Amino acid sequence: MTATMTPPKTAPAALRLSRRRRATRSLAVTGTLAVTVAALFVLTMMVGSFRLSPTEVIASVLHLRDDPSVDFVVRGLRLPTAASALTAGLALGASGTIFQQLLRNPLASPDLVGIANGAGLAAVLGIVVLGVGGLAVSGLALGGAFAAGLLMYLLAWRDGVSGYRFILIGVGVAAFFDGIVGYVLTKAQLFEARQAMHWLTGSVGQASTSELRLLAVALVVLLPAALLLQRPLRTLELGDDAARALGTRTELSRAGLIATAVVLVALAVAVTGPIAFVALVAGPIANRLLGPATGGILAAAFVGAALLLTADLVAVHLMPTPLPTGVVTGAVGAPYLLWLLATTNRQGAGG
Amino acid sequence: MSATSPYATGTPRRRARRAVALGPGLAVLCAVLVLVAFLSVTMGSRSLGLWDVLRALGSLDDDGSITSTVTLEMRVPRTLLGILAGAALGVAGAVLQGVTRNPLADAGIMGINSGAAAFVVFAITVLGVRGAGVYVWFAFAGAAVALVLVYAIASMGREGATPVKLALAGVAVTAGLASVTSGIVMTNVDALNELRFWQVGSLAGRYTPILTGVAPFILVGLAVSMFFGRPLNGLALGEDAARGLGQHVPRTRAAAFAVVAVLAGAATAACGPIVFVGLVVPHVARFVCGPDYRWILPYSMLLAPIVLLLADVLGRVAVAPDELQVGVVLGVLGAPAFVAVVRYARLSEV
Repeated sequence: MTATMTPPKTAPAALRLSRRRRATRSLAVTGTLAVTVAALFVLTMMVGSFRLSPTEVIASVLHLRDDPSVDFVVRGLRLPTAASALTAGLALGASGTIFQQLLRNPLASPDLVGIANGAGLAAVLGIVVLGVGGLAVSGLALGGAFAAGLLMYLLAWRDGVSGYRFILIGVGVAAFFDGIVGYVLTKAQLFEARQAMHWLTGSVGQASTSELRLLAVALVVLLPAALLLQRPLRTLELGDDAARALGTRTELSRAGLIATAVVLVALAVAVTGPIAFVALVAGPIANRLLGPATGGILAAAFVGAALLLTADLVAVHLMPTPLPTGVVTGAVGAPYLLWLLATTNRQGAGG
Repeated sequence: MSATSPYATGTPRRRARRAVALGPGLAVLCAVLVLVAFLSVTMGSRSLGLWDVLRALGSLDDDGSITSTVTLEMRVPRTLLGILAGAALGVAGAVLQGVTRNPLADAGIMGINSGAAAFVVFAITVLGVRGAGVYVWFAFAGAAVALVLVYAIASMGREGATPVKLALAGVAVTAGLASVTSGIVMTNVDALNELRFWQVGSLAGRYTPILTGVAPFILVGLAVSMFFGRPLNGLALGEDAARGLGQHVPRTRAAAFAVVAVLAGAATAACGPIVFVGLVVPHVARFVCGPDYRWILPYSMLLAPIVLLLADVLGRVAVAPDELQVGVVLGVLGAPAFVAVVRYARLSEV
C-alpha cells in the first residue's frame, strides 16, 4: 500500500518492504498506546483530594514500600476504580474491534447489535422490579449479555452464520430489549428510574473486587486468544470463500471470535454497566492511528483503556459534580474520532 | 458491505415478473393502510360505538359530545400523524441505508435522535419550557443541526463523504450529544423525568397544532424523496460506477441528507425517537422488492405507517384504559416479527 512512494526493483522486495513498514508502524503505535495507558493508569491514582507522587503510587501498587496511609488511599480507594477502568476499557476495545471486523461493518459494535442491550434489560429489571442492587445487578447483567449473545448466534444460524444476517438479527434483538427497557422505565417510580438510568449510563466506580478479579482473569486468558485469532479474523474479512480458500476454518474461527468478544463485553458490562461508545470508537481510532496496519486487536484494546481512563479522570475531577463515567466517554472519544476523520484522508479504514 | 449489483438478482424474465407483481402490491398496501387507519380511528382505549364514530366523522364538526371530541380532535389527528411520521421515518431510513450503504444506518445513529434529545433537554433545563407542543420545534432544530454537523464532518478530506466516514461521523456526533444530554439529565431530576417519557416515542397527546406544524415538511420531503430511486441505485453500485453513470455523487449525497433531515427531523420532533420503523421497515421492503430503490422507497413509504399504526392501535387496545407507547409495542412485537423474517427470508444485501 505504501510501497508506491519508492518503487523497488522487484515485486517480492516491494512486498517485504511494505510488510516491514507495516510491522514497524504496528509495533510503534501499539507500544506508544501501551505506554500512554500505563501513564494514565498511574495518573488516575495520583490525583484526588489527597495528591500522591508517581513513585508513591507505583511502590504501593507493587507492594514495594509499606506506608499505611498511602496504601489505604491507593490500594483501598483508587486502585479498584482505576483497575476497573483499565480492564473494562481493554475488554470493550478488543471486543468492539472484533465485532466490527467480523461483521465487516464499522457500526457493528456490541452496543448496537444487542449484547449490551440484553445486559441492560436484565439489570434494569433487577433494579426496578426485583429491587436489588450491587453484585446482584452485575450478575444479572452478565447473564443478560450471555443470553443475548447466545440468542443472536442461534437465531442467526442457518448453515453457518453470515455477517449480514447476524447484524439484522442483532438489530431486531436490540430493539426488542430496548422496547422493554423503555416500558419498564416509564412505569417505574422516579427514584428507581433514576437509579436504573444511572446504571445504564455506566460508571467505573461501582465495581466490586470479585467481579473485577473475574474480568482480569478473563482478560489474561482471552486477550492472547484474541491475538491468536487475529490471523483468521483478517482472512474472514476478505469474505468466507476467500477465507476458506486460504485454509481458514471459517465457522470454527467465527464461533471462537464471537465467543471471545461476547465474554469480554459481558464481563465489562457487568463490572461497569453498559458504557456507551468505547467499544464503538476504539476500533476506528486505533485503525486510523495504525494506518496501513489496520485491525490490531491489541491496539484497539489499548485505545479503549486509554479512553475509559481519561473519561474517568474527566468525570471525577474536571466536572463540577462527579458524574458517572458513561456520561463523558462520548464527550471524550467523539471529538478525537471526529478530528481523526477530518484529518486522515484514507477511505475505508474504519472497518 | 459487498458490492453486489442491484440488478444482478434473477434472470431478466424473473425481474420482469417481479415488476408486474410489485405494482399491484403497492395498491394492496394502500388498501391495507386505509384499513389500518380505519381501525386506528374506530378503536382505542375508550370504547365508542362504531356508528357514533362514523357519524362524527361524517358530520366533521365537533358537536360537543364525547364521541365527537374524541374522534375528531384526538383519534383523527393521531392517525394522520401516525401515517405521516411512519412514512417519513420509513423513507428516511431507506434513503440513509442507501446513501451510507450500511444496514445499520438509521436516523438514530446518524445523530438525529441525540440532537433532538439534546435540544429538548436544553429547552427544559435552560429555557424552562414545558409541553410537547414546544418541544417539537426544539427537537426539529436539534435533529437538523446534528445531521448537518455529521454531513459537514464526513465531507471533509479529499474523497468527500464516503459511506464509512458518514457512519463514523454519525456515531461520533451521536456520542458527543448523548454525553451532553445524559450529563444534564444526571444532574437534573426534572429533565430526567420529562426525557424518560419523550424518549420512548409515542403518538399519544400529539394533536392538531403539532400535526399541522410538521405535515408540510413531511409532505414535501416525501414528494422529493420519491425521485431518489435511480440515484440510490447508482450509489449502490459503488461510487465509481455511480460517477460512470453520470451522477454527481457529492451532490446526490448532500441532497439525500437534506431530505433525511427534513423527514426524520420532523417525525422525531413530533413523536420522539421511534427508532425501529426507520431501521427495520426498509429491510422488509428490500425482502419484498429486491434491491431496486425505485421500489424500495414507495414500499417503505406505505409499509412503515402500516406498521406504526398497527403498533399504536395494539398499544391502545391491549391494556385499555391505560396505554402502551408505540415505541414499546414496536420493540416487543415488531422486533420478534422482524427477526423471524430475517431468519427465513432470502436476504439481498444493502
